[in-house]
Amino acid sequence: MRYLPHTDEEISEMLKVAGADSLEDLFTQIPKECCRRLRLALPEAKTEWELNAHMDRLAGRTASAAQWKNYMGAGSYEHYIPAVLSYLMGRGEFVTSYTPYQPEISQGTLQGIYEYQTLAARLLGLEVANASMYDGASALAEALLMACRITRKNRVLISRAIHPHFRQVAHTYFAPTEHETEEFPFLENGTTDIAGLSGKSDLAAVAIQSPNFFGCIENLKAFADKAHEMGALLITTFTEPLAYGLLKSPGSLGADIACGEGQSLGIPQSFGGPGLGMFATKMAYVRNMPGRLIGKTADPDGKRGFVLTLSTREQHIRREKATSNICTNNSLCALSAAMYMAVLGKTGLRALSQLNIDKSAYLRDRLSQKGFPQAFTAPNFNEFTVKAGPEFEKKRRSLMDKGIIAGVPLSTYYPELSGHYLFCVTETKTKEDLETLVSEMTS
Amino acid sequence: MKSIEELTFPEDRLYATDHEWARFENGGAKIGISDYAQDQLGDIVYVELPSAGKAFKKGEVFGTVESVKAVSELYMPIGGEVTAVNETLADSPERVNQSPYEDGWMIVVKPLDPTEKEGLMTLPAYLEMLKGLA
Repeated sequence: MRYLPHTDEEISEMLKVAGADSLEDLFTQIPKECCRRLRLALPEAKTEWELNAHMDRLAGRTASAAQWKNYMGAGSYEHYIPAVLSYLMGRGEFVTSYTPYQPEISQGTLQGIYEYQTLAARLLGLEVANASMYDGASALAEALLMACRITRKNRVLISRAIHPHFRQVAHTYFAPTEHETEEFPFLENGTTDIAGLSGKSDLAAVAIQSPNFFGCIENLKAFADKAHEMGALLITTFTEPLAYGLLKSPGSLGADIACGEGQSLGIPQSFGGPGLGMFATKMAYVRNMPGRLIGKTADPDGKRGFVLTLSTREQHIRREKATSNICTNNSLCALSAAMYMAVLGKTGLRALSQLNIDKSAYLRDRLSQKGFPQAFTAPNFNEFTVKAGPEFEKKRRSLMDKGIIAGVPLSTYYPELSGHYLFCVTETKTKEDLETLVSEMTS
Repeated sequence: MKSIEELTFPEDRLYATDHEWARFENGGAKIGISDYAQDQLGDIVYVELPSAGKAFKKGEVFGTVESVKAVSELYMPIGGEVTAVNETLADSPERVNQSPYEDGWMIVVKPLDPTEKEGLMTLPAYLEMLKGLA
């Protein structure tokens, strides 16, 4: 859409038609005391090059990936984004926020979402994936509500090793409902304590993240068996879906719903958002699944076509009885993820996963040799927790002056883990980078 | 949609204002929706029914019926415990369109209070109500 302001002539013409002398006359119905008396204190308009310089200055205040060596993951991951993505994502056909309700003019968009759903379902090892949700945290909260709908039970159990933001969003979602959330603890090895399920009853769902917030890989199969034995669903969540290039998929290990953050799959970190809420489940639960769904069908001539399907679950038909209040999706981000998965392919995804594990293991072992032991013994993917001691914080701050961000302090989220730092290494770091970090940390 | 004259309404059952029908036989009440209701909904694609053993009061929602254009709640024309469920509707929901009174029945309930039957309409009263809706 073009943005062209009205000319003075057009404005006076419109005022004449409206029967007003000036623009101010149009606002006389607003009580005086509600109007701002002083003009807005806005700076003068800038030229294009002044504006660019201004934006560059603002961007320079954040630790944007290009200039920094960033070893933080914790839910947002720096990965190399292939050039083909930036090129394709810039195409005008994709950049529209409008809902593709009309299949007769939206086949390309609908097919794009359908391809994303197919790839997401395969990656997570489940039968059906929705068109995406806002982010990993809201996807988890929606999954928990879905489990309450399916089982008609009110209580959900959430592992404390799930991303703290995800847990917070889930608690917020549940606060006004008749349902309850409860957290259960993790063990000394960094994985969730399955004994936390003992003695619980009437559970709608058990939620586990793998790899979890500490980077540890959970035994999803054991939780699935236990949850099912108790008549509850197993919900698995994730912040790093790249892990499933090597790890067994949540679906194949018994998850009833797998949901989480898909930012890793070709979406820039962009100051924390927008993200991609991935959501997949079993076909048996499709009618209880929140969000939009695109299906493949055939027109009267037998030609393949794509349409919004099962939309009777949504608000515009069911109103207050809708499956969820979320009837939209992050299409452009989903498209990015679909392109990313397609570009990498099965072998590429596996190779990239391996690279992340290898590089992360290299740093983990080097740090361990140099007096920064691993805090948890459970196997990990591209993140791991280091016991660095409380005095490390000063060092971490001083490294920022050198453009290095040495991990995330876990004490912010887990007071009992003071001196523990979560490190992430992706394919973007070279061996030299890692050696520099090690020598800087030990100097 | 069809006119009321084109629709069929058997006399051997009672009707509710929400267009459910109930046929009383052998101490139970078989429940479904009328030809008018299925015609209004259009092609039915999904019927969600309770499992046997569940009990509902008269007027409570016992399930939903979903067509290509709408979703409707199903209300109990009479209170009681569900003793049988038409499992064939899970795979063939179109039976409700094709045969709303026979193959498309939904549940059988054991009525708790047989006097609730008196609140339902006989065929002439139901037809009178439908004419008011037309």
